[in-house]
Amino acid sequence: MDQIVYAFPFLLQGLWTTILVSAIVVALSLVIGAALGVGLVYGPLPVRLAVRILSDCVRGIPILVLIFMVYYGLPPLGLRLDPFWAAVAALTLFKAAQVVEYVRGAIGSIPRGQMEAGKAIGLIFSDRLRFVIFPQAVRRFLPPWINGVTDAVKGSALVSLLGVVDLMHAINQVIGRTYEPLPLYLLGAALYFAINYSLSSFSRVLERRYAFVRE
Amino acid sequence: MGYHLNFNLVWRHFDKLLNGLVLSLELALLSILIGAVIGLTLAVWYVSAGRFARGLISGYVEVIRNVPLLLLVYLVFYGLPTVVNIAYDATTSFVLTLSLYSGAYLVEVFRSGLDAVPRGQIDAGRAIGLTPIQRLAYVRLPIMTRISLPALSNTFISLFKDTSIASVIAVPELTFGAQWINNTTFRIVEVYLVVTTIYLIAGYMILLLLRLVERRFRVER
Amino acid sequence: MEVVPLLAIEQLSKSFGSNEVLKSVDLSVSAGEVVTIIGPSGSGKTTLLRCVNFLEFYDGGSIRIDGSEVGFRDGSQRRRRTERDLARMRAETGMVFQSFNLFPHLTAEQNVTLGLQQVRGKSRKDARDTARHWLARVGLEHKAGSLPSELSGGQQQRVGIARAVAMEPKVLLLDEITSALDPELVGEVLDVVTQLAADGMTMLMVTHEIAFARDASHRIVFMADGRVSAEGSPDHIMSGADGNDRLEAFLSRFRGSRI
Repeated sequence: MDQIVYAFPFLLQGLWTTILVSAIVVALSLVIGAALGVGLVYGPLPVRLAVRILSDCVRGIPILVLIFMVYYGLPPLGLRLDPFWAAVAALTLFKAAQVVEYVRGAIGSIPRGQMEAGKAIGLIFSDRLRFVIFPQAVRRFLPPWINGVTDAVKGSALVSLLGVVDLMHAINQVIGRTYEPLPLYLLGAALYFAINYSLSSFSRVLERRYAFVRE
Repeated sequence: MGYHLNFNLVWRHFDKLLNGLVLSLELALLSILIGAVIGLTLAVWYVSAGRFARGLISGYVEVIRNVPLLLLVYLVFYGLPTVVNIAYDATTSFVLTLSLYSGAYLVEVFRSGLDAVPRGQIDAGRAIGLTPIQRLAYVRLPIMTRISLPALSNTFISLFKDTSIASVIAVPELTFGAQWINNTTFRIVEVYLVVTTIYLIAGYMILLLLRLVERRFRVER
Repeated sequence: MEVVPLLAIEQLSKSFGSNEVLKSVDLSVSAGEVVTIIGPSGSGKTTLLRCVNFLEFYDGGSIRIDGSEVGFRDGSQRRRRTERDLARMRAETGMVFQSFNLFPHLTAEQNVTLGLQQVRGKSRKDARDTARHWLARVGLEHKAGSLPSELSGGQQQRVGIARAVAMEPKVLLLDEITSALDPELVGEVLDVVTQLAADGMTMLMVTHEIAFARDASHRIVFMADGRVSAEGSPDHIMSGADGNDRLEAFLSRFRGSRI
């Protein structure tokens, strides 16, 4: 037991890496995914097709395979990434595809009549997006997206397989020395749970608060 | 680009991938079946349960959904044998883990499915004099099953992809097969291209198959 | 003296795929006139209305508001107007929808000021004053700060009317505005419309409320199968115009009930 307490700072470092990886992935995937999502809904046919195909492929394979593909598969093609950034890139790709779906769902769930009402009072397309669609889309997007952030946190555990010292890796390393797997795994579970449960609770609060937008 | 694609080495060991694919499907199927039993039991219990039982069930669901699957796999494979006098191989351990995992998600699926059974149908059951248990068996569960089919399909496809995690404890499924070929032949790009394609095609075919099943049992509202 | 109609629809045709919904419709509305279109479902009346503010693109014929063609550039070649032109034309018409279509994230007042500020270019203060004025006209100034989710159906629709009318459109288009309302809420909405008509608003209305159509309109148009089948003053239409079988069949459903 004291060995675990002794190892605590090391675990916290791992936790920090986990949070860092998750935060970067969430931020990057939001920007990329939102842009692609808008392209999917309002773009010309080639763009819509490309985003659709890319998104379906990325979401159709396991995250682990995606990570391995990025980490092992890019160097032979000339692009060498260190484990941290390879994992971040793969996870970002995966999350971005999810964000595209959230965006599509958020915009798609807005009734057609809203665009028509905007047209009827004489707003031009960009103003319709800005004043009518976007405010409603954001409120529909936020709850599932925040809930989805938990997927980024859970996915970040896979970076340990590439040797990145996140919480998962730190736990395994400590176990390698203490030979007491159970308490450490339980501690790790508790930490991940704490982070993710707060996030999903927050998303539920937001969902209730924005319910008025769904009529 | 100094890398020359050579798929031959991949084809030579294709059996590893094929067997791995079959095992992945078996793992997913077994896990969803066991998970369905868990999920259904808990969902039915939840509906008629008191606060304490509901708290327990919710606790189970929330813990599983918020903890990485990888950690759960390690926990069950390495951690469990230290307290429970059990010795099992990686595959059994993984099936246990994935079943518990899918059970938690399926509790939600079945619970909202039960909620979605139209009130009118239950009232009709009452009106013809069915007891609560009869209503459950003959009205609510059958209708709930049909309502839940799309969510069940999606869960199965997710589980199929989640079986790739089993590779970390050396279960010889599809992803493990890919790594094996990679370690033996170093044909990284080729093997991952092939495996990605296999996952995509397999996933798509499962999707089509399940859509057919759904259409057959579709609920006419 | 030749009165140029404010709204002139000539030989309008529109198909959805192989379904010819409008088959050559002629209709005109003069300034200050209230024209109501009645008819069975599928007769094309809502489609006609939606062509006037170009929510639907019509295939043939022309629609002119105050002389300018809606949706297409004048001239022998049919070229679609730009987004900006379309927006400007749409600002000249107002539409009240069957399902209200209020912007749920904006208060009643903001629903009205949005168009005033962004399209008419009014200042915040002017827009607010105008909005308050029109909300008062529909009897809802005390609800100016409420969200649509906090309003009843009748109240929402009245806000919808205020939103459309505050833009001071040349023509007001009303698309079955009471069809989605509970019966006891219909009256308050129709009262507002009656008042607007009395104040001289030019209106083209599609409705199922036959009694209201008779009482509020200057002219009733009966449409069936994508064409204008009968047209005339309310009395003329209601009394069984010129032995028109379709009209008779349609009206017989309402005879003996409330009329």
